[in-house]
Amino acid sequence: MARRSHVQTTLNGETVEFLCEPRQSLLEVLRDELHLTGAKEGCNNGNCGACSVILDGRLVNSCLVLGVETEGKSVETIEGVADPDKLHPIQDAFLENAALQCGICTPGFIMSAKALLDENPNPTEHEVRYWLAGNLCRCTGYDKIVRAVLDAAAAE
Amino acid sequence: MQDFSYIAAKTIPEAVALLDEKGESARILAGGTDLIVQVREARRDVDWMIDIKSIPEVNVLDYNAATGLTLGAAVECYKIYADDAICDAYPSLIDATKIIGGTAIQGRAGVGGNLCNASPAADGIPPLIVLNASCVIAGPNGEREVPAEDFCTAPGQTVLAKGEMLVSMKIPVPASNSSSYYLRFIPRNEMDIAVVGAGAAVTLDAAQETIISARIALAAVAPTPLFAEEASALLAGQEVSDEAINAAAAAAQAIARPISDMRGTAEQRTHLVGVLTRRALNGAIQRVREAT
Repeated sequence: MARRSHVQTTLNGETVEFLCEPRQSLLEVLRDELHLTGAKEGCNNGNCGACSVILDGRLVNSCLVLGVETEGKSVETIEGVADPDKLHPIQDAFLENAALQCGICTPGFIMSAKALLDENPNPTEHEVRYWLAGNLCRCTGYDKIVRAVLDAAAAE
Repeated sequence: MQDFSYIAAKTIPEAVALLDEKGESARILAGGTDLIVQVREARRDVDWMIDIKSIPEVNVLDYNAATGLTLGAAVECYKIYADDAICDAYPSLIDATKIIGGTAIQGRAGVGGNLCNASPAADGIPPLIVLNASCVIAGPNGEREVPAEDFCTAPGQTVLAKGEMLVSMKIPVPASNSSSYYLRFIPRNEMDIAVVGAGAAVTLDAAQETIISARIALAAVAPTPLFAEEASALLAGQEVSDEAINAAAAAAQAIARPISDMRGTAEQRTHLVGVLTRRALNGAIQRVREAT
């Protein structure tokens, strides 16, 4: 077995250190080593977006990043989105619009929506739909999710 | 996932020495959107992953109106389409980088990785071919350059020999009155693999009525992306007309050697080559005319 590597990264604004094998994805490190289970494993091959996180300001699929690649980088996950006593406007908008049913895809959608609004605070519906094309939801039919993101953009 | 070792190389000589020493058991890691899935699904046996993203040369994204574009092998798609000057100069490259996967894939994946993965259906390769890209390869014996149309040799196979790695792609300055276009057919709007892809670059005369030269390339209709050389040559010196474009499309269809698979039949793909070649040519011509 390859030696476990020591990795130091910034996770939701705080410095964290962990040990991982090179073959462990960032998703596996988050869930199994750091016990942050917000990012979900859906397809594990980059199609579904349930594991979406923000790496150095860019939306990525954490199943397609190795944990060792995050040395010296900054990772944002769903766990860092809300303030301790207040939800993020995107989270509020998801609740208001009932933009979730089973909830498995929701952390990925919220991270993806956050990355969009960080870059483009006033997206069109078309832009929202294309941006979110890499996040799959099998419950809602997407329309409520798109409305929620547009509402969040209007609210921010 | 299978066990492997990870090394973040800091320089090209370091990466080349590692590749030379480890041979077939080593693989370059750039965006990882193909490689990590292939290793996880046991479709590729890798003992060493050599991460090149800390090497300055593979991160170069430099466009200069006098010398053209240097596109480092690890530059992610999102950086390419964020650059207005590159969007203006090489629109077919932009068409492709905006449709390779979704947003999260475009945050990691790059055209260099798309090229080295050597999928017959790669969206990033037809634009490189029509834009006359030259692939800069570093190896144990120094550097060499290979035209984009010669880079892929079979599905998943490239001209890279033991110890060699792709450093960058060099794309010449576009001629005046030229433009390019890439499109693909997929049954969805987004997030799919091309049933057929077609790219075209055209250079028109000053009156924008006559085609001085053209280049056409196809994806997903042969074991590698194809440069439709004869179809391209047919257009040189022709007036812009449906007849000329139809003749080029027919010549492109003649070199397509598609298979039937879950994405489409050989018959459908051959038909699509004609349709998409016409649309790519007309799209490129329209872009030339709109730019002035």
